[in-house]
Amino acid sequence: MGDLLAALLGPFKEIVGSPTFFVEVLLGGIFAGLLYSLVALGFVLIFKASGVFNFAQGVMVLFAALTLVGLMERGAPVVLALVLTMAVMVALAFAIEKLVLRPLVNQEYIILFMATIGLNFFLEGFGEMLWGANVKRLDVGIPDRSFMLKGVQINQLELTAAITAAVLVTVLAVFFQRTRIGRALRAVADDHEAALSIGIPLKTIWVVVWSVSGLVALVAGVMWGAKSGVQFSLSLIALKALPVLILGGFTSVPGAIAGGLIIGVGEKVAEVYWGPLVGGAIENWFAYVLALGFLLIRPQGLFGEKIIERV
Amino acid sequence: MSATSGPGPLLEVEGISVRFGALLALNGVSLSVPGGEIVAIIGPNGAGKTTLLNCISGFYQPSAGRIVFAGRDRTRLSPPDVAALGIARTFQNVALFRGMSVLDNIMTGRILKMRGSFLLDALWWGPARRQELAHRAFVERIIDFLEIQAIRKTPAGLLPYGLQKRVELARALAAEPQLLLLDEPMAGMNVEEKEDMCRCILDVNGEFGTTIALIEHDMGVVMDICDHVVVLDYGRKIADGTPDQVRKDQAVLDAYLGVAHGG
Repeated sequence: MGDLLAALLGPFKEIVGSPTFFVEVLLGGIFAGLLYSLVALGFVLIFKASGVFNFAQGVMVLFAALTLVGLMERGAPVVLALVLTMAVMVALAFAIEKLVLRPLVNQEYIILFMATIGLNFFLEGFGEMLWGANVKRLDVGIPDRSFMLKGVQINQLELTAAITAAVLVTVLAVFFQRTRIGRALRAVADDHEAALSIGIPLKTIWVVVWSVSGLVALVAGVMWGAKSGVQFSLSLIALKALPVLILGGFTSVPGAIAGGLIIGVGEKVAEVYWGPLVGGAIENWFAYVLALGFLLIRPQGLFGEKIIERV
Repeated sequence: MSATSGPGPLLEVEGISVRFGALLALNGVSLSVPGGEIVAIIGPNGAGKTTLLNCISGFYQPSAGRIVFAGRDRTRLSPPDVAALGIARTFQNVALFRGMSVLDNIMTGRILKMRGSFLLDALWWGPARRQELAHRAFVERIIDFLEIQAIRKTPAGLLPYGLQKRVELARALAAEPQLLLLDEPMAGMNVEEKEDMCRCILDVNGEFGTTIALIEHDMGVVMDICDHVVVLDYGRKIADGTPDQVRKDQAVLDAYLGVAHGG
């Protein structure tokens, strides 16, 4: 019994004993967490505006990264390739609105969900057909080097990515809360008919949300791709976004951010300090167990809108 | 031709029909709504009142007939286009944005009045900010007007039914419509709430000069506040006139009280 306790508490001693290492672990967690937040944000935007759970969000991340790398391999400079990829993601949003959402308007949510599964497979195949299926290196011109700050090792690439993500997330949150288009988006999410009656065109709103989540996917794809190469597994980070959504709430932008950070930091710290006790690999299941616990206690998530039913 | 509502009706509906499968929900209905008046559309359940309102606001497209608003033919338009013309509406079953505060709900009503660029909006800077404040000031006037100051920040979904109806009216008013369509604004209300709503409707008409077309079941209310009554039954117009004329109309009495058919 005493041994077990010592083993469980041991990591706390390590944390106190070497605070700089702990800060490094924390930073690694924040970096991963911001990525999860970005992917979750893509989900939240589309879910808020159209009630559609977009299964293809992960593949959109892969598709954006593949397009970027493909363009750069063909000689386009970074900035031009980024702009072109953004244009491709916006064009994709128009195509999805016209070919998938509009014909299915007023259908059950589950049918729209199935349509996004189809979209998932299509984009995966289409991306590989266009740009090939092998692992690609993505070099956006930021060196993957570290520097020391007060004894803490900080990776330049991770820092840049984290700052970019933080800025993007802040702008989106403000945009959603305070602006005309943001308010229109929330209105459409709440009641289609009422939104139409006050002059909000649904089609435009759908194109806007799919474009924005396409751009968010691009940023996530660039960050992750620059770190570990552009490959199929990129689309799997969408699976990590699910527990983030459960934690933060499906309709909350701040929730997606907080949820992402909690899961990113939580799994990293658990892995590094408590992993050795159980033979490692905590990182793989930590997020899901946390989400499961949340479902039991607070099913609407940290910031989700509580479902109000009047009888 | 003038686009403004000079003399002559603001809204003219000419012989519109709507068919749902085998059911002819509206059968060649015509009516005109003069600018500045309050017009009631009444009739038994299933008479086609809401269908008529849905045609005017663009939610249904009539299979025949014409709708002329402010001198222009606008039979086939989508709901957002209709809203842009200056026609606002409320719904029979309150359609508020339940997760949003009362204030935000009413602010959405001004969406068509707002202009701005994506970027400035996102940065919440300069003109975008000034515009937001100007619209907020207008919305505060409506809030004062309808006496809902105390519930500004409450999520709309939490409000009692009578207040929800009033917030929906506020959202429609925020668009500064020329024509306001109200689908059973007093349904399910108690006597006191009905009196409040009547006063609101009369005030809106008196103060802003808004033309109003409303559907209502409570005959007492209709007779009290309307200048003009249109009666529908089984998709047809059976009477049209002042409240006093309609009250004495035999066809209306038959439709409401029933007659021995084929007898």
